[in-house]
Amino acid sequence: MKKITLPLSPEDARTLQAGDEVLLTGTLYTARDAAHKRICELLAAGSPLPFELEGATLYFVGPTPAQPGRPVGSAGPTTSTRMDAFSPTLIAHGLRGMVGKGDRSPAVVEAMKAHGCVYFAATGGAGALIARCIKSSELVAWEDLGTEAVRRMEVEDFPVVVAIDCEGNNLYHTGPAAWARESERRGGGRMKPLGVAGRTPGQGG
Amino acid sequence: MRTIHSDAIVSAVAEICQEAAFRLPADVRRALEEARGTEKSPLGLSILGQITENADLAERERVPMCQDTGVAVYFVELGNEVRIEGLGLAEALAEGTRQGYTEGYLRMSIVKDPLFERVNTKTNGPPVVHVELVPGDRLRITLAPKGGGSENMSAMAMLKPLVGKEGVAEFVVETVRRAGGNACPPIIVGLGLGGNFERAPYLAKKALLRKLGSVHPDPRYAAFERELLERVNATGVGPQGLGGRTTALAVHIEAAPCHIASLPVAVNLNCHAARHASVEL
Repeated sequence: MKKITLPLSPEDARTLQAGDEVLLTGTLYTARDAAHKRICELLAAGSPLPFELEGATLYFVGPTPAQPGRPVGSAGPTTSTRMDAFSPTLIAHGLRGMVGKGDRSPAVVEAMKAHGCVYFAATGGAGALIARCIKSSELVAWEDLGTEAVRRMEVEDFPVVVAIDCEGNNLYHTGPAAWARESERRGGGRMKPLGVAGRTPGQGG
Repeated sequence: MRTIHSDAIVSAVAEICQEAAFRLPADVRRALEEARGTEKSPLGLSILGQITENADLAERERVPMCQDTGVAVYFVELGNEVRIEGLGLAEALAEGTRQGYTEGYLRMSIVKDPLFERVNTKTNGPPVVHVELVPGDRLRITLAPKGGGSENMSAMAMLKPLVGKEGVAEFVVETVRRAGGNACPPIIVGLGLGGNFERAPYLAKKALLRKLGSVHPDPRYAAFERELLERVNATGVGPQGLGGRTTALAVHIEAAPCHIASLPVAVNLNCHAARHASVEL
């Protein structure tokens, strides 16, 4: 298990490889799609941002309200695809790390490769466990967004996996492919070619 | 007739909202433990370990196991000899939800309008309510809070009847594969078959309520559930979509009669935080 300090240095970002289990310690900023939209609007207008984006790591999270005496409520990752439309712009403006869950679009991965950004997967549905790693949480901007506001969090030994590294290696592709082959070797699943079903399911996110 | 005052419904519902958020049902906890015995991916095992540790922590400290405390979905069995006094049933459920989510520090996740006014209602309401009239003088309320991650990856299709079992299986496997890590695997797959366009998704959601480890009463569907589980797990999607043997803990089917021209199929995915809680009044 690697220990990594935030903000991520460009060197650390480049040494991390898809599949590495990592413990993150340091500063994260929280943002979901609504906050991403506002950040992109400020960038487009050339206006200052409420926090320093250069070298920052964003955590895609909307926590439950903090119970009395606790810094934060339950705080697991949300689905990252909702941020896909905005992430390339943020990455081009210096964003170096993202923490969320689920695969990313090809455009996000291309931006990550071009600018040296890492995408970490946290365990979805482990909100109580992750909350224990969050030592403080303070509002930075856009209180009107409620749970989706931007907050600065100090985390300690936050367990994540490098899902997509700076070279574009993607564990969401290589992981399942390897384990599907393992299943085939065991003769599991009796897989048959696809293509009979009338329709393909719509994508959510 | 037996009279139940809405106050009793409100307080019971407020309690099960918190119960569901803090305490993973024993059958789900057991299934996750069993998965730790069969998973071979080291990363998958590490993730399953985090998930079970998270469930224990949530219960011990009364913290929501997941920050997405969901849409409150109620399945109500209303005895035909029950008369509700005070608020109407829907209002009582909404008020119980508001109180439970407020008192439990749960996340309010509902917006007023899907398109024009995405403003938080701050009550986590209105809830989604399914009422079934049953004989007797009891009122049974089951809450299944549903998170957005797995709900968003669910899918529905009107298949041609001739595609049969194989067509259904392909639709299920493809839905799970496309969902990948977004649905927070290991998942539970609820499969609704038959009925009509609006009935199939209801059946799929209802299928998610069945106890893990229970066997479908129809041996043909019991065998189909086993086959589907095997095929879903053969995708290699694994815990959190990062690869492994454990993609799903179970596939549950609810089937209903349908039109001669139709084969409605709905796949409702549930994340590993398969929360539900019931109360009988």
